Amino acid sequence: MSEVIASMAGSVWKVVVSEGENVSSGQEVIILESMKMEIPLAAGTSGKIKQIHISEGDFVNEGDVLAIIE
Amino acid sequence: MIKKILIANRGEIASRIIRTCRKMGIASVAVYSEADKDAPYVSKADEAFLLGGPRVNESYLNATKIFEIAKLANCDAVHPGYGFLSENANFARKCAKEDLIFIGPHPDLIEKMGNKVAARQLMELNGLPVVPGLSRPLVDSKEAVWEAEKIGYPVMLKAAAGGGGIGMQVVNDEVELLKIYEGNQNRALMFFGNGEMFIEKLIEKPRHIEIQVLADTFGHSVYLWERECSIQRRHQKVFEEAPSPFLDNETREAMGNAAVKAIETIGYYNAGTLEFLVDVDKNFYFLEMNTRLQVEHPVTEEITGLDLVEQQIRIAQGEPLAFKQSEIHRDGHSIEVRIYAEDPVTFFPSPGKITELKVPQEEYIRHELAVHDRSVVSHFYDPMIAKLIVKGSSRSQAIQRLVEALDFYKVEGIKTNLPLLRQIAVHEKYKQGETTTDFIETYIKKNGTTI
Repeated sequence: MSEVIASMAGSVWKVVVSEGENVSSGQEVIILESMKMEIPLAAGTSGKIKQIHISEGDFVNEGDVLAIIE
Repeated sequence: MIKKILIANRGEIASRIIRTCRKMGIASVAVYSEADKDAPYVSKADEAFLLGGPRVNESYLNATKIFEIAKLANCDAVHPGYGFLSENANFARKCAKEDLIFIGPHPDLIEKMGNKVAARQLMELNGLPVVPGLSRPLVDSKEAVWEAEKIGYPVMLKAAAGGGGIGMQVVNDEVELLKIYEGNQNRALMFFGNGEMFIEKLIEKPRHIEIQVLADTFGHSVYLWERECSIQRRHQKVFEEAPSPFLDNETREAMGNAAVKAIETIGYYNAGTLEFLVDVDKNFYFLEMNTRLQVEHPVTEEITGLDLVEQQIRIAQGEPLAFKQSEIHRDGHSIEVRIYAEDPVTFFPSPGKITELKVPQEEYIRHELAVHDRSVVSHFYDPMIAKLIVKGSSRSQAIQRLVEALDFYKVEGIKTNLPLLRQIAVHEKYKQGETTTDFIETYIKKNGTTI
């Protein structure tokens, strides 16, 4: 199991995957946006997206767990 | 004569413009988003009006609302600052329709300079040297490969409508070029609504040196020397200084004269900046022209004693320039650093609440602050929270004063790039004037230690 963690504070620009989807390690799953910069967050491991805790437009803080991959 | 100016911007530049308005006896009107209601510039203006929500399209890009406020407040001019609507030709055109003076150049020239390919073509025709490459958009990736072969790798692939470093990529060979071409084109289409790409030779170890120009509406133009802004991160400027530690007087004059000649030929008026790449042999190549006030304009003000916002306003209200080229002074050395709310190593944004702000006060230090000691730095806008500008009689004195100022400077509650700024300022290579655009990658290690 691995967590997708926000690397910076900002808003969720795009959720690229949906719950139940299989992803491979390194694949972009969520794109954050902050201060005119987009930062993609990649899956740390290959697996199935178990949960997505946020929706597009939500504000997140650095370190927040945004999704869980199992 | 202009009596009341609406400032269609936010942050430090709004405060900066208000200061000159006050000095000139002109009333100032600030506009702000919900996220900015407690920002310093809002309380400094004579009047302030809410634009709307925090997102830029609800606020600082909402031209309709800006015109409503301008009418309501009885403004006769608009200063666009930098960013936002400052280089939007349609906004400038609409100002005229709304009977407002747009403090800037003619909209047609904003439009031409906004497209990098068109700007390059126009300036090449008017005698400015340009980086070897194609002066028209590429047809497709096949042509890109063909042209790259002619120019010689490495090349730079650029989006015509790109800016702020977005849409540029170094390409080392054909395989790489074919791999990234379409992706970059799609991204340009998505970000800028324009997928035109062009290609040029990569100038290695370049410096980014720009010429500040002023021109009135009577065809009289001058240049206010240069600014060197080579030290950048993510293609955005971090350190800016005037004069450049690299240029000699001969190159300085050649660049200035070429810039003035080009803008006179195209009939440019108001303030503008011509950006050049300068190679190790001091050849200079026109890059682009910014048809607005620049973030780093203070260093030019510090060495010339001129107020660029005042000059912009005077030109906009139809006054001729009050000085000739030979009357423009150059005194001492000035350095500006941009303080960003970001991680000093990864450069990731760090919005949040400031809990403490302590800035040094000396007669040779100038602050342009977007925040106060309890500000919330919003994630909706650019990460620049302040500019620190120092002046010295020599470059070494200016650097010494900068280091002392940075040692004193304190921002708590959010991460800032202050540690990075200090690392650069004390670096031996910086002192030696080795200010090339790859300075940070070359001399500052990823873990934040100095090389």
